[in-house]
Amino acid sequence: MKVSLTVNGQAETQEIEPRTLLVHLLRDQLRLTGTHVGCDTSQCGACVVHVDGVAVKSCTMLAAQAEGAEVTTIEGLSDGANLHPMQEAFSKAHGLQCGFCTPGMIMTATDLLRRIPNPDEETIRKELEGNICRCTGYQNIVKAIKTAAEAGA
Amino acid sequence: MSDQVLGKTFGTPVRRVEDSRFIQGAGNFTDDVIHPGQTYMAFLRSPHAHADIVSIDTSAAEAAAGVRKVLTGQDYADAGLGMLFCGWGSQSQSGEPQKMGAYPPLAHGRVRYVGNIVAAVIADSRDQAKDAVDLIEVDYKELPVAVDVLDAVKDGAPQLHDDAPGNLVVDWVHGDKDATEAAFAAASDVVTLELRNNRMVPNAMETRATNALYNHGRGEFTLHISTQNPHGLKTFTSVLTQIAPEHKLRLVADDVGGGFGSKAFVYAEDAITLFAARETRRPVKWTCERSEAFLSDAHGRDHWTKAELALNAEGKFLGVRVHTLANMGAYLSTSATLVPTYMSAPLLTGQYDIAAVHGQVDCVFTNTVPVDAYRGAGRPEAAYVIERLVDAAAFQTGRDPSQLRRQNMITQFPHTTAGGLTYDNCDFHTLLDKASEAIDYAGFPARKAEAKARGKIRGIGMSTYIEACGFGPSKIIGSWGGQAGPWESSEIRVLPTGGVEIHTGCMNHGQGHETVFAQYVSDAFGVPMDQVELLYGDTDRGQHGNGTVGSRSGPVGLGAVAMTCTKIITKAKTVVRHTLGAESDDEIEFADGVFTRTGTNLALKFAEVAWIANAGITIADTDVEPGLHAASNFDPENFTFPSGCYICEVEIDPDTGVVDIADFVVFDDFGNLGNPMIVEGQVHGGVVQGIGQALLENTVYDETGQLLSGSFMDYTMPRADNFPHFRVGMHGTPATANPMGMKGCGEAGAIGAPPAVVNAVTNALNIDHIDMPLTAEKVWAKINSTSA
Repeated sequence: MKVSLTVNGQAETQEIEPRTLLVHLLRDQLRLTGTHVGCDTSQCGACVVHVDGVAVKSCTMLAAQAEGAEVTTIEGLSDGANLHPMQEAFSKAHGLQCGFCTPGMIMTATDLLRRIPNPDEETIRKELEGNICRCTGYQNIVKAIKTAAEAGA
Repeated sequence: MSDQVLGKTFGTPVRRVEDSRFIQGAGNFTDDVIHPGQTYMAFLRSPHAHADIVSIDTSAAEAAAGVRKVLTGQDYADAGLGMLFCGWGSQSQSGEPQKMGAYPPLAHGRVRYVGNIVAAVIADSRDQAKDAVDLIEVDYKELPVAVDVLDAVKDGAPQLHDDAPGNLVVDWVHGDKDATEAAFAAASDVVTLELRNNRMVPNAMETRATNALYNHGRGEFTLHISTQNPHGLKTFTSVLTQIAPEHKLRLVADDVGGGFGSKAFVYAEDAITLFAARETRRPVKWTCERSEAFLSDAHGRDHWTKAELALNAEGKFLGVRVHTLANMGAYLSTSATLVPTYMSAPLLTGQYDIAAVHGQVDCVFTNTVPVDAYRGAGRPEAAYVIERLVDAAAFQTGRDPSQLRRQNMITQFPHTTAGGLTYDNCDFHTLLDKASEAIDYAGFPARKAEAKARGKIRGIGMSTYIEACGFGPSKIIGSWGGQAGPWESSEIRVLPTGGVEIHTGCMNHGQGHETVFAQYVSDAFGVPMDQVELLYGDTDRGQHGNGTVGSRSGPVGLGAVAMTCTKIITKAKTVVRHTLGAESDDEIEFADGVFTRTGTNLALKFAEVAWIANAGITIADTDVEPGLHAASNFDPENFTFPSGCYICEVEIDPDTGVVDIADFVVFDDFGNLGNPMIVEGQVHGGVVQGIGQALLENTVYDETGQLLSGSFMDYTMPRADNFPHFRVGMHGTPATANPMGMKGCGEAGAIGAPPAVVNAVTNALNIDHIDMPLTAEKVWAKINSTSA
């Protein structure tokens, strides 16, 4: 079957198997490998992208369900010239170590600030419940999101 | 934080140079690459913990769409390829070498754990490979199962390997038995604990992945792999599998998404990927799924221990006696027997002056996933034993745990322990003082009373850990039975235009090496950091390496770099001497990136010297070789000894048993720091893994050997809302084993945190022991079975 969608502003039409997950369409066919697969039970959030402006675990959505959708991945978050303030904040606050969970964390965090512009630490920690990081102990991820919120991200 | 500043950039919290690619989704992890002609591999894994393979029918799978090859244990045996085995040679009390057990990458005749690989399918797509796996028919004859170490050593227990009667790999002893018995005979108090160090699944967020290319014409293999140790595993993979001589095998690791020990071993999948690439003459990729990782990544910990501490009437520790059964799983992984023995027992006396120690460690086969090093690797197990013993001793003899620690701490350095380690430079009392002050230890009773008024039970617990890091001194490792010394190489190539390449065998997988190594060399040569590049992760680049394990990259890897920097400066001075017409190199000074001839205003910048040396024209009529590159190998004389004091306060809800971390203070001595921001990040991560072990994580098998906690739905990974904001402090005493004075910081958090948490909970509940993980259910049951 065919699926047509917009990814990072680019119109795409791809031939897919009906069982293809959105994450596999992005990674294997469109070669946007910044979106990662960290588990197989929709727990870890390494695969989070924005679908029509809302954070979605792309391992939990069929590519076919994205027909006509606007998808933004980590590769499309910055405007091309400057980093998105959340990307900048993650580096500044040392909110990443191995970098594998980072794209999903950043996509979740930007969606968080869209919904709650000035979250307190407890809110940030609760909102990160669907994203697992094994390296940072979360402390600097929380700090990064606070920093970005203060910068008006 | 430490106020230690060693150079312009080294010692300062410089932002990481590797961040740029990760925050933009431009990292390059093993699964991100698709080679031309790529095929995909999926495995059929045993559903039984112990069974004979009666027959395998692969015909339907072979006929399935897209399938290029199906491989079984018979194919591997017919190809004459080698077994996996442990690279560590420990000995039993009797002097006998450890029993290895045969470990074929593809099971041959028998499976010994759920997840043991039975067959591999190579197909044109990932889904075709997985679909075809389902078409393989295997007839198993199930056998009795031994899952727990205590069951596996019983008379009549099912036997896993013919060469290991009683499932015993080795019964290794350490210390002085007679002196320890004498210490216990002289004791006025003996404290005894029976405890479990719970089994962990490492769960790096990037699962393991391999992608093998075989150049048939040249007979060469390239294995792209998510690993912590490309150089070491190149040698080991070649030796074990015999699929290719070492010079025909190249390992490449680009970005690696965490490891925590679990990516430092030769795995069955590595051998099979190479074999499959040879058999299909196509690139073969395998990417581990998370549920598969639970069944195939080497697990960590899993000790049963009976531990005893002898005290005299004044509370002085006289001796420690420990008997541990360490679960090895069904086969010996690469460093399996090293972890519970040499990496653990020598640290059983902790920060304390204890004259006698005796440990016996029985390594035991069971029908479970192989067990190997996990963050801390043996040292968390030792710290847990001694720190639990000390708190139990304080509890049973009515002493303050802080004071009991203080009175027994080693205060003079260097100090050689009863376990044979020489702690070079530490300051335990200050760490204890600073941590106590930070958490307001003296003010705890008031906080406990306030919590009680809210219906909560508050407890406080501390741990004082020490670890041996910076693997390692080849002399000591060799005396322990190591087959290869874990020294480290470095090479620096100064390019004609002044750019600097550093080559190392250490393997960044999240620790920020690209930043810290560049900081050091930037200072050493007086060049901007952006002119310095760290190159690693490809065995065609650096000459030799032992990867990143045992907190060694700073203490050992950077030690090698420091030596090479000195050689480069020395060579450059000779070039400058000829260029500036000086009589001897002694007339040339070097500071802040500028070489000057003493007493003149003649000067050359580092980049200018780089050009002169590499161009070679102006030095052509001298005896100076052209070029500006050098290499060194650093083999430290001793381990480094990071230490720390961690204090945890918990609040327990007696109605639910939920343990809440109310406060957590860390004071670490990592010696001199390369980048305090990165060091603090390492501590955060380690502490969360340690608290995860203490409160949340557990690997559970049922009695038939089925893994019950086999996914993130069942195995409780620590999440952001499980923790408060940690307070991290540093107090550094420089290490003497390397020129930087660094001790290493990667593992400390996972070592210091578990006993601090458990000691806080036992304090809250007024009990002498409770086994990890301290789940709400377990704590609630404890509350309701005692009068706490």
